[in-house]
Amino acid sequence: MPEDTAPTASPQHLVIVGGGMVARRLVDALRERDGRGRWAITLIGEEPRAPYDRVALTSYFAGRDPEDLALGGQDLWDDPLVTLLRGVRVESIDRTARRVSTSTGSTLDYDALVLATGSFAAVPPVPGNDLRGAFVYRTIDDVADLRAYVESRREELDRPVSGAVVGGGLLGLEAAGALRALDVDTTVVEFAPRLMPLQVDEGGGEGLARLIEGLGVTVRTSTATSMVVGERGAVRGMTFSEGPDLDVDVVIFAVGVRPRDELARQAGLEVGERGGVVVDDACATADPAIWAIGEVANIGGRCLGLVAPGYTMAEIVADRLLGGGGTFPGADLSTKLKLLGVDVASFGDAFAQEPGGLEVVISDPVAGVYKKLVMSDDARTLRGGILVGDASAYAALRPMVGRELGGDPAAYLLPEGSAPAPTGDLPEETAVCSCNNVTAGRIRGSVRDEGCTDLAGVKACTRAGTSCGSCLPLVKKIVAAELTKSGVEVSTALCEHFGLSRAELFDVVRVQGLTTFSEIIERHGTGRGCDICKPVIGSILASLGTGHILEGERATLQDTNDFVMANLQKDGSYSVVPRIPGGEVTPEGLIAIGQVAKDFGLYTKITGGQRVDLFGARIDQLPGIWARLVDAGFESGHAYGKSLRTVKSCVGSTWCRFGVQDSVGLAIDLELRYRGLRSPHKIKLGVSGCARECAEARGKDVGVIATDNGWNVYVGGNGGFTPRHARLLAEDLDTETLVRTIDRFLMYYVRTADRLQRTAPWIEDHEGGLDAIRAVVLEDSLGIADDLDSAMATHVGTYRDEWAATLADPDKLARFASFVNAPDVVDDSLAYVGERGQARPATPEERSSDSVIIAGTTLEVRS
Amino acid sequence: MTAAPPTTRVRLCALTDLVPERGSVALVGGVQVALVRTHDDDVHAIANLDPYSGAQVIARGLVGTRGGRPTIISPMFKQVFDLRTGECLDPIGREPVSLRTWPAAVVDGQVVLETTGDDGVAPSPVGGS
Repeated sequence: MPEDTAPTASPQHLVIVGGGMVARRLVDALRERDGRGRWAITLIGEEPRAPYDRVALTSYFAGRDPEDLALGGQDLWDDPLVTLLRGVRVESIDRTARRVSTSTGSTLDYDALVLATGSFAAVPPVPGNDLRGAFVYRTIDDVADLRAYVESRREELDRPVSGAVVGGGLLGLEAAGALRALDVDTTVVEFAPRLMPLQVDEGGGEGLARLIEGLGVTVRTSTATSMVVGERGAVRGMTFSEGPDLDVDVVIFAVGVRPRDELARQAGLEVGERGGVVVDDACATADPAIWAIGEVANIGGRCLGLVAPGYTMAEIVADRLLGGGGTFPGADLSTKLKLLGVDVASFGDAFAQEPGGLEVVISDPVAGVYKKLVMSDDARTLRGGILVGDASAYAALRPMVGRELGGDPAAYLLPEGSAPAPTGDLPEETAVCSCNNVTAGRIRGSVRDEGCTDLAGVKACTRAGTSCGSCLPLVKKIVAAELTKSGVEVSTALCEHFGLSRAELFDVVRVQGLTTFSEIIERHGTGRGCDICKPVIGSILASLGTGHILEGERATLQDTNDFVMANLQKDGSYSVVPRIPGGEVTPEGLIAIGQVAKDFGLYTKITGGQRVDLFGARIDQLPGIWARLVDAGFESGHAYGKSLRTVKSCVGSTWCRFGVQDSVGLAIDLELRYRGLRSPHKIKLGVSGCARECAEARGKDVGVIATDNGWNVYVGGNGGFTPRHARLLAEDLDTETLVRTIDRFLMYYVRTADRLQRTAPWIEDHEGGLDAIRAVVLEDSLGIADDLDSAMATHVGTYRDEWAATLADPDKLARFASFVNAPDVVDDSLAYVGERGQARPATPEERSSDSVIIAGTTLEVRS
Repeated sequence: MTAAPPTTRVRLCALTDLVPERGSVALVGGVQVALVRTHDDDVHAIANLDPYSGAQVIARGLVGTRGGRPTIISPMFKQVFDLRTGECLDPIGREPVSLRTWPAAVVDGQVVLETTGDDGVAPSPVGGS
């Protein structure tokens, strides 16, 4: 930031042609650095919307609002020095007058002009490429048109739609993912002998093809398309120069992009042999007032089709416009993608083109993994690599390119956890986040000098990890190392007794089949536990279905609420909440609860979760109260402890004029399914019968909202100290899919969240965020879905009401005695006064004045 | 040196009446005493009244260790107390207040409390036998 921030009297005018991600980055970078307002900016984009995240087109489009693709920092467009013209095309440039003319007939004078016009998708010159049903894959509109066409074709043809993608590169596989998401039977046709020929080698291409075919996409390599066959003007099939024909209803061309350099050509600027506006390493053209950045720029003799080098160019131009001397450092063509849910990464000298390279390859066709590192001839320095099927090592390896790896290279290719990953000891100038060009030094500086103490703070401060997010694990590691260096202890240890985190502890208990606290602490901890680790282990054992929570040694792990299966209140008495699934209760049930409350002198209140809370019970009264409630058909509501609380519902289609589905029925089913499920924090669900959302389902950990076509499921909402709205996980699910989705979401959360971590921060902290969680629960990206399903099936199958089981066990009942040496003596330390017709705890003043005290819980009438 | 005051032994319950690593409450001369049997079968007697909430709840807290010292943690606001001395090891942001303790022992399988009569509990038990 410049120190001189006095505003400039009459700013110069910068016109940016093009409204993509790179153009936007230029505006962002310039506004951030131009404290004096030396430049007023007009950005002219031909799409009808503000710049959006084109990289995420596929992962976001399925059923989503285009708004979801908006890039952060939308207030940029409110800046008085920034003008955004949408849906406007620049028709010509008058370099002498320094003026552009637009499709709206207006002209704009400029002091500086930046061409950021990007590329268009190339369409190969095969006959039939203009038929209805032939698409390219470039913009939101392309994607929206594709979806609309597929949906209308499916109705017209009344059968599944099939499609082909011409091109097996990055874009082609993305497009194939889009077709699969639209439930289209998909074939990928690639001219080269393997998929992603520019990024991966033969072995990687084979591994990739195997994985992608495993997802139901047919792959045809070494195949040239000769014609798209039509019928009544619409796509019907394809023919090839060799091999059988293909019946398809839709074709996407994804054979590459061509720079949109026509404006520059018209204006007489130099273009490269294969297109692109020729610029020097400052992104400047031969005209001192004109620059070019992004995919349209021909820099170092070529055009680069990735966003990261485009961002770098934007930063350079911003720097130059303010008098700096930045130059393009050369492109990092590394890529890491999740295509169709398959991890692919390629970085550095992936094809071992430098002489003397050694290749270390691990290929496991069974597991669908292919990994290669290219090392220098002495096997010490990393030059590049390819990762297919498991790219978890990418974030750590990519910044190591050109550096000594240290140790056995093969160790870095083993599955995560089996080898020490590179430490945070990267040199200061190493680029960690290539999207935003953030170095290791910058990240350390934000911790050391700018007071950032966690990942979120570092992200906000440096922008590291805010674009594609693939560097986040490494950023996290560097931040942790720097914090430790500054004397801040960063530990995932649960407490003084366990060095493991909750998630790690869950795994060891599960994998080693441990069932008692003594075994667990003997193997993995020290001492005899505390109020942190004991309830966590109690919860883990309960989640794993090891039986009653008070059985044997497990009783010692329960906090007082779980131990007496009621909620401790301020005066030492307890409250009791019977389960009322979905909030539906019979008149007989209400009367029974009321009678119990009356007989035991309990204060009653409707809870926030559609149940009845009975307050003021002494510990020795709990068995008597529950004996009556169980008799009346009630069971424990688990209002105590960390577990499923309620599934709130509206009245739904049962009574409501507007309800489109049976929200009460579903809420009851869900509540009965998840009752008793122990989790890192209490969890609540909600089901609304229509979009009016009377159950406030989006304020719940899992919210279900009925649509005309099924159920939408939202996750990560909660009340409490930091209220959050839940975010959409999936749409229009049938009931069976919905339940399976919730099963997996909850079980995955139960297994991996930190102690007392609600679902919202869990999703936030999860690597890859909600998208990654969606991939786990909907696409089984981690291969653990069966495991999660069977864990939930075990929970559902072995559930028993904790109170009914306790009442049947004299040993457990003995623990509710008031005094071990005087079980029949009533604890007289409790005192109550009347208020609004009920008893409430007396205040210390009321106690000492010895007045207005009424008999409350001592008025016991046993039936 | 003064002679130790005379003590009375009060029998409260059998060791097997106590659940390991969970507290129970005994009523001794009108005073609620939390009895805690640790994992290694030591028995500790400590005041049941939680000074921070004013409720008789200490016995319902979790039993564990802190830095090797046996502890009980108030279930109300989670203050940590040393079972042997009653010292408050973690006042959770409040002024530390220690809890009264009594010498307890296991004699022939029976839990006994030693009281001098001027330490807050009467010399004879209430209830029990």
